[in-house]
Amino acid sequence: MCIFNYESGSRDNSPVFKRRSFIKTLIAFPLGLILASSTLSWANPPTSEVNTTGLAVTDDTVTVGILHSVTGTMAISETGSVQAEKLAIDQINAMGGVLGRKIEYIQEDGASDWPTFAEKSKKLLVNDKVAAVFGCWTSASRKAVLPVFEQYNGMLYYPTFYEGLEQSPNVIYTGQEATQQIIAGIDWVVKEKGAKTFYLLGSDYIWPRTSNKIARKHIEKLGLKVVGEEYYPLGHTQFNSVINKIKLKKPDVIYAIVVGGSNVAFYKQLKAAGIDLTKEKPLLLTISVTEDEILGIGGENIEGAYAAMKYFQSLDNPNNQAFVQAFKDKWGQDIVIGDVTQAAYLGPWLWKAAVEKAGSFDIDKIRAASPGIELTTAPEGYVRIHENHHLWSKTRVGLAQKDGQYKVVYESEELIEPNPFPVGYQ
Amino acid sequence: MRQRSNIRFMSRQEVLGYVLLAVILLAIIPLSLDVFRLNLIGKYLTYAFVALGLVLCWGYGGILSLGQGVFFGLGGYCMAMFLKLEASDPESTKIQSTPGIPDFMDWNQITELPWWWEPFRQLPFALSAIVLLPTLFAFIIGVAMFKLRVGGVYFAIITQAIAAIMTILIIGQQGYTGGVNGITDLRTLLGWDIRSDSAKVILYYVCSAALFICLLLSQFIRYKKLGRILVAMRDREDRVRFSGYDVANFKIFVFCLSAMFSAIGGAMFTLQVGFMSPSFVGIVPSIEMVIYCAVGGRLSLLGAVYGTLLVNWAKTIFSETFPELWLFAMGALFIAVVMAFPNGLASLFKRYIEPKLPAWYSGKTAGLGASIMRTDSSKETVGKEALEEKNRVVSKPISKPETVGTMAPSSDEKLEGGVYVD
Repeated sequence: MCIFNYESGSRDNSPVFKRRSFIKTLIAFPLGLILASSTLSWANPPTSEVNTTGLAVTDDTVTVGILHSVTGTMAISETGSVQAEKLAIDQINAMGGVLGRKIEYIQEDGASDWPTFAEKSKKLLVNDKVAAVFGCWTSASRKAVLPVFEQYNGMLYYPTFYEGLEQSPNVIYTGQEATQQIIAGIDWVVKEKGAKTFYLLGSDYIWPRTSNKIARKHIEKLGLKVVGEEYYPLGHTQFNSVINKIKLKKPDVIYAIVVGGSNVAFYKQLKAAGIDLTKEKPLLLTISVTEDEILGIGGENIEGAYAAMKYFQSLDNPNNQAFVQAFKDKWGQDIVIGDVTQAAYLGPWLWKAAVEKAGSFDIDKIRAASPGIELTTAPEGYVRIHENHHLWSKTRVGLAQKDGQYKVVYESEELIEPNPFPVGYQ
Repeated sequence: MRQRSNIRFMSRQEVLGYVLLAVILLAIIPLSLDVFRLNLIGKYLTYAFVALGLVLCWGYGGILSLGQGVFFGLGGYCMAMFLKLEASDPESTKIQSTPGIPDFMDWNQITELPWWWEPFRQLPFALSAIVLLPTLFAFIIGVAMFKLRVGGVYFAIITQAIAAIMTILIIGQQGYTGGVNGITDLRTLLGWDIRSDSAKVILYYVCSAALFICLLLSQFIRYKKLGRILVAMRDREDRVRFSGYDVANFKIFVFCLSAMFSAIGGAMFTLQVGFMSPSFVGIVPSIEMVIYCAVGGRLSLLGAVYGTLLVNWAKTIFSETFPELWLFAMGALFIAVVMAFPNGLASLFKRYIEPKLPAWYSGKTAGLGASIMRTDSSKETVGKEALEEKNRVVSKPISKPETVGTMAPSSDEKLEGGVYVD
């Protein structure tokens, strides 16, 4: 429309054209000054080039959002993620930021309440125009914010291992989806420990149920047997009846996906019922207890249990040693680092790499640039973003120690491909 | 005739109060806030429906319900079920193993739509379910409780238990209800995109209008004999019973009405926020809703709206400003309000602002209003049928301040509830 007017104006050489060209020179003059000064004083690409969609990017800063629960029942789990994300942002800023811009963050509290997550994510995207959001922990909070991110085209870096069955163009999943955590772990316990029978146990919501469904399918594919499967509400503290059933059925493996505060009761009651996990009769394999949860459970109560994760604080590699040191220097020497905390730490780094590859903060360009991004400095080792927005990562099995740490007893040879919609496991 | 009923319906000062609220809600807020903030206010207003119901039920009827979240949730879920079915057409759910059913059912290995979801495909059914289902549920609870003369603290505890049971039920049946996640990702209402900015503005106005209808209905009830019986029942239940009233029926009525208001609020919430989850059904949100009502003043219909807006606005602002300490600020706010004004913001208004008001619009109108009121109510009782003769014993004295004083000795709070002079 505009171009047409302009052309018709120029053909007729009407007063309109003269006025327009006058306005043009008037605008061009200061604009040229700004451009000249920006190329002189900064080597950074101009903001108008790297930010075409009105995000909160200035010539020397870029604003991102951190959205976790720092109050309420989930605060204990999510605090580690907040700390990891702040650490990563500090480190990136110390290295000169992203495209020459320092990262500033706006932190919002999801308050362990899913509608609050939705409200705050909308605030971050609509009001603050943040360039990326690092946040959410539970699946419920992710489900609540997902429509917001898709509607306003934001980018969320989600750190938690979760049930899969999702692949949003507006989320990068830096934790494992269910098959990455489960299949290699069960293969290991079958091969190394000769397990034949399994008892599946979990908290009653979508992640444990979906995970156990995948575990059951895989166990049955291997020609082995599931002898029991039970779920308890979140926050449940009476596990005596299931412990009695376990004693009766004598499975080789208790496959436990108990979540949050229930863990404390569960492991204490197991021990009180005379099941000594260090004897491995039955053996306990979990995918829900990280070093963070052991702080609450107590190392002496869970000693001898196995966990299948992608990261343990005790991983012995230079990346991890540097990470653990930096984390302790910033947040205190007594702190422990769990699987999700490490995955949260990857978020800002993966975003930085995507922005630099795209040469832009635009969400659409970051999305296009993300698949194939690799990080060689990740504490867990090498990771790469898959086409489906999840990470290729290794599966590791750790043995819980009395001091609350895991000893790594197994590590998959190859990176395991993320497969959020596993055919044959649904 | 019309003139007279208007006067009886609300006092001049109350008319001003409603007009002021209307100006604030319909003009000042929409004009001064961007769509994001407007949508937040719209969300707060949906809680005001619950607070309004609580004013009637608790403030006037003396029935403290700690389970209003149940009705809010039921209304919200009915709306969400309709919207979810619309969002789950076979085309947009084709990646599922069973296309055409809501996504969470597919995740839980359910392969066909449960029969009780089926009617929610029809909007008229869904809309009537929003109103009727929670009301029916409240009716059942009401009959079971009030006919057996369960009241006071026991009733509060039982409603709280119902809220807990409801949450566990919804979370436990996640294949049918969406579990902890709730019903998410709602997109359109009969093809109209409810997520767009224009839809948010329209829904805000719809929500405000619905709130006004509920407010006026409450105001109407309050000024009718029914409202006076409620107050009498709250203050001296036995006397009302001995006067020949079936107290239980009045309690059931007001409880059902507050449930219906909550359910409408819940449905408006789902429309404006775009999802529904069990976090609105449980004990904590139900108690929170009582707090909105208490902060506003449990005897003031308008106070409930202002209280809800204030508490939620403070919650948003505090948590944005101090993400790690905001709960302390909220706690301080509640303590301060309860300590300084036990009857909420409305009492603040009554004590400090109201006495100055007559100076604004000349004292004579106030006196006139009061005299009309009195003649009016006496006419009313004189003109009644023989059947209602017995009612006079209660209805007549309550319209006079002195008599209320004897019924409910030395309490400012009760006087405020019982006296309708301006």
